[in-house]
Amino acid sequence: MTDIEEKALAAEIELLTFQVGKQEYALDIMSVREIRGWSKATPLPHAPAFVRGVINLRGTVLTIVDLANRLGMGRTETNERNVIIVVHTGKETVGLLVDAVSDILAINKTDLQAPPEMSADNNQTFVSSLIIVEERMIRILALAAALPSESMEAA
Amino acid sequence: MSDEDDPMIEIKASFFVECEELLESLQDGLQIMDDGGADDEIINVVFRAVHSIKGGAGAFGLDQLVRFAHQFESVLDRVRSGAIIADRNAISVFFRSGDILADLVRSARDEAVADEERTQSVLKELETILGHDSNDVVEDEIDDFQPMTLSMDLGLHISNDEVLDTPEQFTTDAPAFEDGYTINFVPDSSLYVSGNEPLHLLRLLREMGQLNVTCDTSEIPSLADIDVEKSYLSWTIQLTTDEDQDAVREVFDFVADLCTLTINGPESSGPMAALPPTLPTLPPLTQQNAPPPGEEPSATATKDLGTLDTLSDSTHLLGSATKPEAISSALPVPAKSGAPEISKSVKPRPTVRVDLERIDRLVNLVGELVINQAMISQSVQEADLSTNSAVSDGLDEFMQLTRDIQDSVMMIRAQPVKSLFQRMSRIIRESSAMIGKSVRLKTEGDATEVDKTVIERLADPLTHMIRNAVDHGVESPSDRLAAGKSEEGIVTLSAGHRSGRVIIEVADDGAGINRPRVLQIAVEKGLVPENVQLSDSEIDNLLFMPGFSTASEVSDLSGRGVGMDVVKSAILALGGRVTIKSNPGNGTTFTISLPLTLAVLDGMVIDVAQQTLVVPLNTITETLTLAEDDIRALGPLTNVIKVRDTFVPLLDLGAELGYRTPLDSYTGAIVLLIAREDGSHAALVVDAIQDQRQVVIKGLQDTFGRVPGVAAATILGDGKIALILDPVDVVANADGRTRSVQPNLQLAG
Repeated sequence: MTDIEEKALAAEIELLTFQVGKQEYALDIMSVREIRGWSKATPLPHAPAFVRGVINLRGTVLTIVDLANRLGMGRTETNERNVIIVVHTGKETVGLLVDAVSDILAINKTDLQAPPEMSADNNQTFVSSLIIVEERMIRILALAAALPSESMEAA
Repeated sequence: MSDEDDPMIEIKASFFVECEELLESLQDGLQIMDDGGADDEIINVVFRAVHSIKGGAGAFGLDQLVRFAHQFESVLDRVRSGAIIADRNAISVFFRSGDILADLVRSARDEAVADEERTQSVLKELETILGHDSNDVVEDEIDDFQPMTLSMDLGLHISNDEVLDTPEQFTTDAPAFEDGYTINFVPDSSLYVSGNEPLHLLRLLREMGQLNVTCDTSEIPSLADIDVEKSYLSWTIQLTTDEDQDAVREVFDFVADLCTLTINGPESSGPMAALPPTLPTLPPLTQQNAPPPGEEPSATATKDLGTLDTLSDSTHLLGSATKPEAISSALPVPAKSGAPEISKSVKPRPTVRVDLERIDRLVNLVGELVINQAMISQSVQEADLSTNSAVSDGLDEFMQLTRDIQDSVMMIRAQPVKSLFQRMSRIIRESSAMIGKSVRLKTEGDATEVDKTVIERLADPLTHMIRNAVDHGVESPSDRLAAGKSEEGIVTLSAGHRSGRVIIEVADDGAGINRPRVLQIAVEKGLVPENVQLSDSEIDNLLFMPGFSTASEVSDLSGRGVGMDVVKSAILALGGRVTIKSNPGNGTTFTISLPLTLAVLDGMVIDVAQQTLVVPLNTITETLTLAEDDIRALGPLTNVIKVRDTFVPLLDLGAELGYRTPLDSYTGAIVLLIAREDGSHAALVVDAIQDQRQVVIKGLQDTFGRVPGVAAATILGDGKIALILDPVDVVANADGRTRSVQPNLQLAG
């Protein structure tokens, strides 16, 4: 690893911010593969409600997760402005259905705040940290927790 | 880095690949011997396999392997000469020796440590068989790459009988080697330093014609004085070929300045051309140890027992390689120890070893081709061209070609299940020995070809099933005798193709499933509620439940906590199914049904509840349109339909997949009749049938685990994804509701 990379890692990360429901979320841009428009997904029988189905991503079968539904905000009504963020989590690639992509932010790691522990929200576990940008609170999505694999294993 | 430059690495790798093949033919041979079908040829095959492994191992300095192979070979040699009778007992030792040999080969390959204790114990057993005869063995010790005839298979197929009928006829015409070349080859030590290997030169020469090689070991000093870096060996090679001297010299091109080489023989090809190098019409002569040039030495070696005395003599001569003059006086003596080195009883078909990755890439590309072809078909259809236009004709041809390419590529991946079955026979031997039962494996249909990936992923579940059969299936010897069966249990492993799938069966002739006991255990473990009423097959299927193990005591062998549920999920992951059939007193049969390939299938494209789905064609027996009086109510929520004289459960595919609630009326609906593995049928209601075509199987991500009722996905001509159904699974998990009334009467489960 070069010095420059090392410094960048220590200091800054880039985040992709997006709208889910009325809330603003962000993801480390390194885990984002691509952003594509909404296309109708083929539903999977007996799948949990937040799994919208599968789409054809250049010859591979990509699972689409309705992020709003996953975060407990109800099913996303899809229209042409919806966006699929294709993310990769080390072992699998999944598409996240969100309302819109907003911005790319470069932020200092030290500005990240740990979320307070509040057990009433069941979407709590999906937020790894918080950040304040221009008076707006942005939630950093805990990707591994939001993806269905672990929760499905019990099912 | 230097590793990659070392040619020995590559040669060694190919030696290990060869070893695998040799071990396989060894297993085969032993199996035939075990079945009582052994003739001299079989014993020779076995002997040759061991000998070749030993030879190669010697070249690579794999001492442990050489030592073991040598002992094994010595015993087999005695068997070959008739000095030892291979009874059941001996053969079982041979099997174990084969296992050890395989272990040693593998541990040499992986540079791991082999189980010395087991090796020693089997070595002892071999020694016991060898008995007092073993004096000779010491003498044989040095015959490793000693005088031998390297010969190639000339495609000679003459049965023993033929030869025996005419034994005297050809005893005189053994030409000496004056007509060929005499090559004296003395390598410098620099030859070895540069990674050359005399064996490979000899092999090259072998390809030119009949070869007789004598190794001069007289230069070898005593062990104390030996300098391992020095070259002590030299070879005298007698070659009969129609190639001219330049061609022969060419063989040594790369080592010309690394050795002292003299070649004596005809300068031109003239006289040799007159003498045909191969005489395929000449039946091999054997009695006098004097084959004509081009004679097939393996045929010679595999002759009748009548010549054994003479042959033993020649072995003796060959064995004492320190006296090359003795050999030349006895020339030609290619028969015994040299010939089996290379020649095989059956001429191998030429093959190419290809990296599996390249094949997978090809398979993927063909998959893309199929999708692409579907897309073109769709656009042509949409363009509304007349059906006999040039485009449509060309497209038809294109489709045919695609299909042919498809089939050919799949054939590359297909492999006979034989290697898998051989591994299982070892499992049987080891596991039955461990628990003191006598069990033998019968295999059927081991030439059945299955996709390589399937074979690999089948090994673990099959091992488990075999162990189960030995441990739980077959009774103890005393129980067997009491039940009027022979003491030896039989586990049958069979493979075959049935309706587009591969069926593998593991059957034992044991006591069958003890159903009351199974039920009792299931209740004890809380897997099923007490007092539950279960049918026989439901009880049998309890074995597949997680956490079930019938062995009341945990034995060494199975019952380690991983049960049949692991087997079942492994097979499900392959797109397969496993069923169980048991007959009290007569044994248990597990049937695994697997898809032929993991890449493509012929499917029927159907619509149901606005979704496009693909149903594998081989599961559909027929399609029907329902008339009103075909449908009969069965329960409050279920219907059956009458198909000819039988009643078949009616299932609404849309409802079963959760896409919609059951329809009000099914009159006029289209149904697919699905064949289940047990021969029964079920009818699936669909909305429309679109097409029948080849689709490429795309795996669903593991994100959800397995989606029930869905085997995989595919990409249609319009780029949309369609799910490929596993209709048998849909049927198996169906709740069967085809009436939307009275939901409160819904059955539990």
